Amino acid sequence: MGADAVFRVEGLRKSFGQNEVLGGISLDLFAGEVTVLMGANGAGKSTLVKIVSGVYERGAGTMRLAGQAFDPSTPAEAIRAGVVTVHQNINDGVVADLDVATNLTLDRLSGKGASLLFKPANVRAEAWAVADRMGLAIDLRARVADLSLADRQMVAIARAMAHQPKVLILDEPTSSLSSAEADRLFSLIDRLRGQGVAILYISHRMSDIRRLADRIVSMRDGIISGTFDRKPLDYEGAVNAMLGRKIHLDRVVARNSARVVFTAESLQLAQGAKPISMTLGAGEVVAVTGLVGVGKTALAETLFGVRRPLAGTMHMDGRPYAPGSAREAIAAGVFLVAKDRAMSGIVGGFNIERNISLPFLKRMSGFGVMKKRVERAAARRQIDEFGIVCRSEKDELSALSGGNQQKVMVARWMSQASRLFILDEPFQGVDISARRDIAAKLRASADGRATLLFVTEIDEALETADRILVMSEQTIVGEHRNDDIDLDRLLAEVAGGPLHSAA
Amino acid sequence: MTLRDHAIRYGFIVLLVGLIAYFAVAADGFVSPQSAVFIFQSVAITGVLALGVTATLVVGGFDLSIGSVATSAMMAASYAMVVLEQNAIVAVIACLVIGVVVGLINGWLIVYMRVPDLLATLGMMFLLLGLQRIPTEGRSIATGMTMPDGSVANGKFSEAFLALGRHRIDFFIPSLIPVSVVVLVVLAVLIWFFLEYTRFGRMMYAVGSNERAAELAGAPVKAYKIWAYVISGVFASIGGILLAARLGRGDIASGNNLLLDAVAAALIGYAVLGAAKPNAFGTAVGAVFVGVLLQGLTMMNAPYYTQDFVKGAVLVVALVFTFALSGRGKR
Repeated sequence: MGADAVFRVEGLRKSFGQNEVLGGISLDLFAGEVTVLMGANGAGKSTLVKIVSGVYERGAGTMRLAGQAFDPSTPAEAIRAGVVTVHQNINDGVVADLDVATNLTLDRLSGKGASLLFKPANVRAEAWAVADRMGLAIDLRARVADLSLADRQMVAIARAMAHQPKVLILDEPTSSLSSAEADRLFSLIDRLRGQGVAILYISHRMSDIRRLADRIVSMRDGIISGTFDRKPLDYEGAVNAMLGRKIHLDRVVARNSARVVFTAESLQLAQGAKPISMTLGAGEVVAVTGLVGVGKTALAETLFGVRRPLAGTMHMDGRPYAPGSAREAIAAGVFLVAKDRAMSGIVGGFNIERNISLPFLKRMSGFGVMKKRVERAAARRQIDEFGIVCRSEKDELSALSGGNQQKVMVARWMSQASRLFILDEPFQGVDISARRDIAAKLRASADGRATLLFVTEIDEALETADRILVMSEQTIVGEHRNDDIDLDRLLAEVAGGPLHSAA
Repeated sequence: MTLRDHAIRYGFIVLLVGLIAYFAVAADGFVSPQSAVFIFQSVAITGVLALGVTATLVVGGFDLSIGSVATSAMMAASYAMVVLEQNAIVAVIACLVIGVVVGLINGWLIVYMRVPDLLATLGMMFLLLGLQRIPTEGRSIATGMTMPDGSVANGKFSEAFLALGRHRIDFFIPSLIPVSVVVLVVLAVLIWFFLEYTRFGRMMYAVGSNERAAELAGAPVKAYKIWAYVISGVFASIGGILLAARLGRGDIASGNNLLLDAVAAALIGYAVLGAAKPNAFGTAVGAVFVGVLLQGLTMMNAPYYTQDFVKGAVLVVALVFTFALSGRGKR
């Protein structure tokens, strides 16, 4: 096999500075097949896509398209050679203020052989031909800004197909589509598959993958960790290969909790999702795991008052808890270390000391005036506790490594006692030693509060939690005590397999 | 610290000291209490406005309406005293109310109507420029003016009000320091303390640097933003009071340069002490810097029409200091 591959990648490597992101990727794509690429955050998927689409230069390795060497140095070259990418952000693929017809023919407005004058009649005729080939049922005179997300996505794909590519790469195309909209996209993909296009489809959504995949390729830490092409496809194997377990794993001794801190009753996160009920006890660390986009962040934000549930109630220490804002949640003793520290955690203009004190300014001031000595003492204590590597508490966060930045974020929220401590992907972009430090700190300080951790990587859950909950399709589908865990069942739940009866 | 760090940190202060030293040698009578007071007096009004706009810069916004808030306050004070025959206290309160209301409307437009800050305050600027002319049908307001209906206004500027612009306080030398300079210094110290030492000021900086992080840390981000525009509006209206008291009339043609001068002072302030961010101390130094430069050049007989050019050049140099040298490229 592999002889008739349209597109072959062999031994592709890429490093950014010291950091090797791709460690020798080999990948074949076949005409008329949908190859699904799965990988957790940081596995190197987007780097791979950017090399193939001509955005990045590769470090080593070869790429061949239909037997010819394929060596794009710009995105435009890749497109001309016949490899077209539709990026995750739909609006990168269309010009919102122009109509559909102009968007479909946009690439002919510039470059060699483009005519000087803009001829509306020609544009419309050409656009009509493209739309017809794609079976696109959209008013060609409509402004793209007025279209739904799904229609924009269709236009972006149709525009890409106007080049009649041999290889089409779709990067998480359904991440902002409803299921009805996604169905339309799938029938378009079926059509392209029928026309003999080789499609690389990047997604986390198991329902998409089950619907579309002819083959599945799993990526982990910059290498291909599994290829699955025997029917019926082994979806659980693919998830395992993507999230899989490393050989050395620090196991924890699971603890039980005697006293209930937090309960949620019939919490509904999304339209049509099954309601969630859960109980969190003092002293235990509970991890919620599941693929990207299954509602982990939505659940975290609901508990923290940033998002309102569609239905259901919550209780803290037996009292009703319905926070309307982060402020109210913090007042009730619910703290959140938010996902993506650069976006939602770090205040760039502030030093370590000021980043740590940020949520607790009121407690560190009298009559509104900051007590700088109290603030500095808190910062120094946390720097010691967490072993944050820095010159002093006056360092700016941009001077710290990713692991130390994350330690500052966790230290911020642990500088005061909480009742329910939530961490959303606390190990993202964090090196292994910082991750161990943070996990150890969480377990050591867990007494007296409930700790809830949201992680995509199953390893991280196994290393830190007493209890593991599995999320899929905006609800909790499984619960495991972290000793003698049935990993096959856990993986089946993550992959969205047939539901077992509740444990 | 490297030499470069020192240059970034103290460069602008050194420049200011050098400038003063140069004028001290080159211009007769530059170094005297009267000259110093004159410099402060010349920048008092723009300085007050600049301190206000600093608050909006801190939360990551901008307020283009400060100039027209000041002139609207000036017209309102004049109208209250000359036409409505009210006393100084009523006039001052009327001005402050205008400042608060405009600030609230600006904040509401930006926070709840989601109009971008520059556009919202630009719209407000136009609106106020027009509004302030409506009550008198486009006339300036002065004691004994003729009203649109032909009658003569009976009111006059109260002495207490005019004192705000003209009275001088004894300070070693009799009648040395004008009230407007005292107002500038008091407001500068107040806003500096507020921004640097209170939790509210701290949170305003957090909002300006990373709004989402501030919100997730429990800050009522919307309220902080609206408050910033209220501070800006009130400071601008205080500037308007000082302007009316200095001129002794409501002159519709005055105050053209207020906005640009104030914004320039606040932006020059980014460069002071290498802050690379809006800060009250820098704003005050920025205002004084412009004042020193203009006073010195005037005493050396530079023509008045070169003033804007000089201010612009200073601003450009300061911005280079802030963005290129400190390498922070971030507002």
